[in-house]
Amino acid sequence: MTALLVEAVWLNDIALCSLDELAEFSGLSQDELADLMAIGAIEPDRSAAPARVFPAQTIVLARTARRLRDDFELDIHGVAMALNLLEKIHALETRLAALDAKLPHLP
Amino acid sequence: MKFKDYYSALGVERDASAAEIKQAYRKLAHKYHPDVSKDPAGEEKFKDIAEAYSTLKDSEKRAAYDQLGRHHEGENVEPPHSWQQGFAAGGATFGDVDMADILAAFAASRHGGGAGARTRPTRGEDFEVNAPITLEQIYEGGETDVRLSMPEYDEHGTLHRVPRTYRVKIPKGAEDGQRLRLSGKGGQGLDGGKHGDLYVVMKVIPHPLYRVSGNDLYIDLPLTPWEAVLGAAVQVPTLGGKVELTIPAGTAANRQFRLAKRGLPSAKGEQGNLYAVVRIEVPPAATARERELFEQLAAESKFNPRQHLI
Repeated sequence: MTALLVEAVWLNDIALCSLDELAEFSGLSQDELADLMAIGAIEPDRSAAPARVFPAQTIVLARTARRLRDDFELDIHGVAMALNLLEKIHALETRLAALDAKLPHLP
Repeated sequence: MKFKDYYSALGVERDASAAEIKQAYRKLAHKYHPDVSKDPAGEEKFKDIAEAYSTLKDSEKRAAYDQLGRHHEGENVEPPHSWQQGFAAGGATFGDVDMADILAAFAASRHGGGAGARTRPTRGEDFEVNAPITLEQIYEGGETDVRLSMPEYDEHGTLHRVPRTYRVKIPKGAEDGQRLRLSGKGGQGLDGGKHGDLYVVMKVIPHPLYRVSGNDLYIDLPLTPWEAVLGAAVQVPTLGGKVELTIPAGTAANRQFRLAKRGLPSAKGEQGNLYAVVRIEVPPAATARERELFEQLAAESKFNPRQHLI
C-alpha cells in the first residue's frame, strides 16, 4: 500500500505549545495542569514568561500524567509523585547507558 | 469478531463483584503497567487487562458483554442485534472488527440516547506506535514508514480495521524514546468531534558496533600487543565511512582516541564525537615459534607493571 508522507511535530524542548494545547493533547484539565505547575512537576518556558508556553516535550509528560491518573486512579499528588520518580529512573537509566558505553563489549 | 474472555484476562469469575474486579485490575496493573513493570511483555499484557477492565467496570458495558455468553478465546461470534443499533443498517459484516472497538462504539451510542441520537462531539482516541530506527538514520536524517491498523468507520458507518502507512521524516539528532506527534492521524472523532492524534515513538535499534552516550559514540578498538607497543596504522569504521587512525608507540589499554565530529548530531546542530577505546587482545594459542619469541622478550624486558604491589 502507498505510504502517506505526513507532517509531524517533533516533541523536543525546542518546539513550544500553549497551555490550551497541553490540556487538549494530554486530556488533563486546566486545573490539573495548574496543580502540576504549582507542585513543580511541569514547568513553563521561562524565556517566554509571562506567556504560558511550554516546551513541546511537556506534552509527553502530561500524557504520562493522564495515563497514571486513569490507569492507577491516582489523585494529582500521587501523579506528581509518580512522575518525579519516573523522571529519576529515566535519568539513572540514561547515566547507566552512558557509562556502559565505555565498557568493553568485545564478543 | 473474535471473542475475548475479559473475565479470564482479569482472573475473576463471571459473577465477580465490582469490588473484586477493581481489586483484580489493580493487582495486575501494578504488575504489568508499562510505566512500572519490569516485564518487557508487560505493555501488551496491560492492553488486554485495561481493555477487559474498561468493559467490566462499567455496568452497561458489562451487561452488553455478558449477552455474548461463554465462548472460547478467539472464537468468531456475531455481536447481538442490540449492539448493532449504533451503526447503519444491516449487510455489515463484523468479521474483521475488533471487539473492543464495537463495545466502545456501542457505549458511545448508548450515552447519546440511542441510535442516531448522539449529540456531543467526541474527540477521537489518541494512538501511540513504536518506530524502530537505526543510528545510520539518525546520522543522516532519513525517512521511515510507520505501519499500523486503525479502527475506522466506512461510508456505511461500519467499523473496520484499516491498515495505514505514514512516512515521517526522521530529524537529525533523534534520541531513543523521543516522540513525533501526527496531528489528527489518530482515532476518528464522533459526531463532528476532532480526530485524535498519533504519537510515533523513536526506538533506536542497538548497533552491532557502536554504543551511544548522549551524542557521542563509543567503539572498541582491539589491538595486538605488538601493535600497542610498536604503534600501527588502523582503520576504524564510522557512520560516515572508514577513517585511518595512527596508533602511537606505547599505547596503553583503555586509551581513548577521539574521532572528532564522527558521533551523532544533536537537535541543536552540534555534532558529537566517536571514541575508539583501545583493548589489548592476546592471541588465544601461540605457535611454538611465537612462544619462543615471547620468551625471549620476557627474558629481555625489565618492564614491571606490578612494581607498586610488591
